Amino acid sequence: MISKLRIGKYWLYIPLVFMAIFYLLPMYVILVTGFKGFDEIDLKTMWDLPRGIAFDNYIEAWKNLAPSLKNSFLMVIPATLISSALGSLNGFVLAKWKFRGADVIFPFILFGMFIPYQSIMIPLVQFMNKIGMTGLPGLALAHIIYGIPITTLTFRNYYASLPQELLEAAKIDGADMLGIYRYILLPISMPSFVVVLIWQFTSAWNDFLFAVILTGNEQWPITVALNNMAGSQIIAWNVQMAGSLLAALPTLLVYIFLGRYFLRGLLAGSLKG
Amino acid sequence: MRRDKDRFLNILLVSPSILAVFIFVYVFIGWSVRVSLSKWKGLTADYTWNSINNYLELFKDPRFHVDIRNTLIFTGVFVIGSILLGFLMAVMLDQGLKGEGFFRSLFLFPMAISYIVTGVVWRWLMNPATGSRTSGLNLLFTNLGLESFVNSWHTTPTWGIAAIALAAIWQMSGYTMALYLAGLRSIPAELKEAAQIDGANEWEVYRYIMLPLLSPVTLSALIILGHMSLKVFDLIIAIAGKQLPLDVPAIYMWQITFDGLFYGKGAAIGIILLVSVAFLIIPYIRYTLRTEAQQ
Repeated sequence: MISKLRIGKYWLYIPLVFMAIFYLLPMYVILVTGFKGFDEIDLKTMWDLPRGIAFDNYIEAWKNLAPSLKNSFLMVIPATLISSALGSLNGFVLAKWKFRGADVIFPFILFGMFIPYQSIMIPLVQFMNKIGMTGLPGLALAHIIYGIPITTLTFRNYYASLPQELLEAAKIDGADMLGIYRYILLPISMPSFVVVLIWQFTSAWNDFLFAVILTGNEQWPITVALNNMAGSQIIAWNVQMAGSLLAALPTLLVYIFLGRYFLRGLLAGSLKG
Repeated sequence: MRRDKDRFLNILLVSPSILAVFIFVYVFIGWSVRVSLSKWKGLTADYTWNSINNYLELFKDPRFHVDIRNTLIFTGVFVIGSILLGFLMAVMLDQGLKGEGFFRSLFLFPMAISYIVTGVVWRWLMNPATGSRTSGLNLLFTNLGLESFVNSWHTTPTWGIAAIALAAIWQMSGYTMALYLAGLRSIPAELKEAAQIDGANEWEVYRYIMLPLLSPVTLSALIILGHMSLKVFDLIIAIAGKQLPLDVPAIYMWQITFDGLFYGKGAAIGIILLVSVAFLIIPYIRYTLRTEAQQ
């Protein structure tokens, strides 16, 4: 009986390996194409391994995409930091220092993270133009505000899981609200900060819709620049592959090194954190 | 005294966020509704009352019919595909095999990548060119002797959108796997053992014990993936650009608003999308918060 079960389990490696191939196929094409020299590039040999290691494609892609990679970083860093800080404060108040109506307001905040942005797109563009927040600052502001629901949710769930006695003890010692937040909760909030920072970084970096409506030519972040590069007839597919890797690398590195926190953010995004 | 100060301070702390969300979500939705009821067409705002005519025109518009059909096909293929694949992968990884962590990370990594990157790569994998210009997956199939798999991908009439859903499954099935895996891990091992002692085989344990217990997970996955399908945009743009056969509401909205300057109709599409999403999401938020309150 036991040995039969064992064989049954090893058999599972066959479908698992097939699945692994399915997931790796696009990465394989990106990598082998990226490292081929210009003279080896041919759609008919796209599955073949490169003869050596060349960087032609990366140099060409970098020349095209470097300014927009910089734009992405300039926009993503404030978007991530500010949205996370706000989320932590909101989460604290909505979990541990509620005001009347806090539980009524929370679902309304939450709904904001699911809305299709097409339903607010026209007012958003009008409003940003009116207040003069165009280009990258406007894009960062949009990511901060539409990021508030998920950052608030993550911190609220975390703070709600902490025992109330923790706060009561500090209150007896004379700590006020800000003192409790600053000295009791903030020091133990690091794991949640990592989750939220990763989530915000990834979603702002990967966003296309806001970027395409809020930024022009000079301020395109990487997603818009890459899409336009892929749509142009002038830039060859091999350079597009190299560009894809450049565009994906920052979030992929975050995933590789901090995957555990990334996963927790994902589950929070489905309200299952 | 101190209590009173803090009572106002807590509201003060959250009010910038609440105000921002109130304006950027609810005021903007109201504003969009107003635009959708106007005759606004052109660069300057025009709020002349147009009643529900933009909506009526949309429901008669053949292009919008294509959008609805495409959304339905995409949703069906994407949601069913991601759930089946995600569930199977979760069950396989739940067997305590060596290398579980490796496979799990591998199945999930596409989630870290943007739809644009996915789209740019899949555009070349799903290259529909034929004859001597055959490339991408079609070339791979030919080389492996699997000619029957060779197809015209997203350029297939009517069902082309299903090829886009395939790329979306590649990107999102790891997510459903993660949801199911978290669900499976939360089921006490005794339940499974008890069923096995009663003579249930592995298949029966999953079919009759685990799957019913996982129905909240399936519900979450259905709703999250379903509402994503309604919003699909980037992936189609990156794979195929703006082509009429692969049109969806989000692309129509974008084109009619920013290329066609027909703001009234654009806003109407946005509101139709919002209402469809709200049908899925509002009951879900209520259900989730209620279960949370019970615990």
